[in-house]
Amino acid sequence: MAQITRSPKTYDVCVIGSGAGGGMAGKVLSEGGLNVVMLEAGPQVYPEKDYKMLMWPYELPHRGAGVGGRASENFSEFLAPNGAWEIEGEPYTSAPGSDFQWFRSRIVGGRTNHWGRIALRFAPVDFKSNTRDGLGDDWPISYEDVAPYYDKVESYIGVFGSKENVSSAPDGVFLPPPKPRCAEILIKRACDKLNITCIPARLAILTKAHNGRLPCHYCGQCGRGCITASNFSSSQVLLPPAMATGKLTLITGAMAREIVVGRDGKAEAVSYIDKATKTEKRVYAKAVVVAASACESARLLLNSKSPSFPDGLGNSTGNVGKYLTDSVGSDGWGEIPALEKMPPHNHDGVGGMHYYVPWWKFDRKNDFPRGYHIELWGGRDMPGVGMFNELCHDEEGYGLQLKRRARRVYGTTVGFSGRGEMIPNRDTYCELDPDRVDQWGIPILRFHFKWSEYELRQAKDMQETFKSIIEMMGGAYKTRTQIDGPYPFGILPGGKIIHEVGTARMGADPKTSVLNGYCQTHDVKNVFVTDGAPLVTNPDKNPTLTIMALSWRASDYLLDEAKKGNI
Amino acid sequence: MSTLGISRRDVLKTLAAGAAGGSVLQVIPLQAAEAAHQMVRKEKATAAAGKYVPKYFTVKQYETLTSLCDAIIPRDEKSGGAVDAGAPEFIDLLTSENAEFQNRLGGGLMWLDSYCIDHYGKVYMESLPEQRKEVVELIAYRKNAKANPEIQQGVAFFAVLRNMTCDGFYTSKIGIDDLQYIGNVTRSEWPGCPALPE
Repeated sequence: MAQITRSPKTYDVCVIGSGAGGGMAGKVLSEGGLNVVMLEAGPQVYPEKDYKMLMWPYELPHRGAGVGGRASENFSEFLAPNGAWEIEGEPYTSAPGSDFQWFRSRIVGGRTNHWGRIALRFAPVDFKSNTRDGLGDDWPISYEDVAPYYDKVESYIGVFGSKENVSSAPDGVFLPPPKPRCAEILIKRACDKLNITCIPARLAILTKAHNGRLPCHYCGQCGRGCITASNFSSSQVLLPPAMATGKLTLITGAMAREIVVGRDGKAEAVSYIDKATKTEKRVYAKAVVVAASACESARLLLNSKSPSFPDGLGNSTGNVGKYLTDSVGSDGWGEIPALEKMPPHNHDGVGGMHYYVPWWKFDRKNDFPRGYHIELWGGRDMPGVGMFNELCHDEEGYGLQLKRRARRVYGTTVGFSGRGEMIPNRDTYCELDPDRVDQWGIPILRFHFKWSEYELRQAKDMQETFKSIIEMMGGAYKTRTQIDGPYPFGILPGGKIIHEVGTARMGADPKTSVLNGYCQTHDVKNVFVTDGAPLVTNPDKNPTLTIMALSWRASDYLLDEAKKGNI
Repeated sequence: MSTLGISRRDVLKTLAAGAAGGSVLQVIPLQAAEAAHQMVRKEKATAAAGKYVPKYFTVKQYETLTSLCDAIIPRDEKSGGAVDAGAPEFIDLLTSENAEFQNRLGGGLMWLDSYCIDHYGKVYMESLPEQRKEVVELIAYRKNAKANPEIQQGVAFFAVLRNMTCDGFYTSKIGIDDLQYIGNVTRSEWPGCPALPE
């Protein structure tokens, strides 16, 4: 066996992952004066070369479909690089009867290069939901603990929005919101009639110059990555200032394999596979921040077995990998004849919705717990691969009839994506697959996933709401769902919303939780987890803003502890 | 979009300055990025237009594919058709890289010829125009397969080809202009919706 190459020096902190959670930790810790080494499993990203901003489909030989048409499965060839449901050489498995899709990014900045930029605060009630309805668990911290960090994150990264005073969707520090698109005006009018709250969206996109970054140029392509960094990504907004301190060492192509625990029971190093040379290396640090994405972090903790922690680091409760949730997702769309009369116009706007529907039925009894929000889409988008699949399927035919029909319906479709809260259940978790390793020799994950009645009823409610809005707009609701089968009411498979969280959740009681309220493992004081894993609940909010707020808070705590000599 | 009147050298110079200028955000001027894209477009447009050599389909199959693409989205008074838009090349490229498409489309074209031989005595391209129209009309609708299960596979084949022809057409400049999509440009302000029709 080749000898392990060890780092020449001991860093203060090793951060594993460079996305929302890792990038934030890297920034706060290096600016706080600590020497940080960051491991990223993928390559460096070069926005001006890697992002396909302002390109037309016909400028790519595959028009956006990708080699063999396969990029369609990963959104499109235009997506900012290196996010996929399947990564060659790095498999995962699903237990019989389970269907879980695991989206991973292997690149500097992780999934923040192409995420939806939806930046919603959790509400005060979201931290105490067990107290409210007896399900799941309360958080060990409250909204008041996190609110100052929401303020800081929003102020730094730039989030547009408006003050609305909706209790399920707390207001934040906002840049001005963009005006609604035509379709969004019609949706809002219909929602007003139905007493459904519809307000300006909250997205991490700059409607004004902010902290040295240019304002949005309204090409509508945030998912491709933004060369001017007018939207938020860790690679362009968190890492540059961290690098500028001279205290951050970024190692790319480094797949973390194990956190090494010393004789004193504290973490002392991280072993990783250097992908380029396929050799194991080791970097020494006084503290470790794990932010590899919720399931990848759980995998690393479970793989970090030692005599002191035979079941994995931080796993004395056996709860690492448990309490996995994804957002409940169900989509629907319709055709709105009123939009046929709109003259052709530029509808691009920012890369995402300008309006959305926050959870609005919090003040009444529903036949499911918790709630969901609705994301809006549709209108005169840039044509792309797959745009007319539904038309072709529904209306069939060929020739001038098909061509004229496409011309007429283009721009008249509007759609909705419901995103709701899942209650953790016993049948949903990830664990190490006892039989298999990836190409780096690291044991892989096996997923167990099951939606319960709670989520199915929520999906049913989503479908009914979508239909009522479309019909109020005078349109025809086109989505057909089944009440049984694998995906009742159009509920998407687990993992598909890419909000997987909860696999190393925080809690006041070390007997039932992996982390304390500062994202520090109860078992090992110098190990922190700052991605989606600490989340006790995943309310109907996209988790990224909260991940960054918690990571900033944990990093401040770590800095403080380091100063006191406690780490 | 207007021509920006910038030379390739200007663009490269600006790009280099942007990268070397030590901007922490690696911002390059939008105008330069836009101009670079326009150049790619122009170079493609002026490339020698030789006859396309199919990557996957045989020459005969490619003729059939082209004829079907033309039937699915033909030219009309407003715009060119799927063939003008390069849909056959696009479909051939994707098929050459994907075994499932090879089976569905390559096999589908073979099925079509077999059907035509059985019913008209000749392969599709050698059948009479009204016979070709007849078989396309048949396989263009699922309901026809209910009455006539013999054509079920043909209907399935045509559905895949129709999707891919639409993809090829509506991702081309011709198809995008046909829909009157306006955008993919940089703007300094977002004006909102230009007055809704009441």
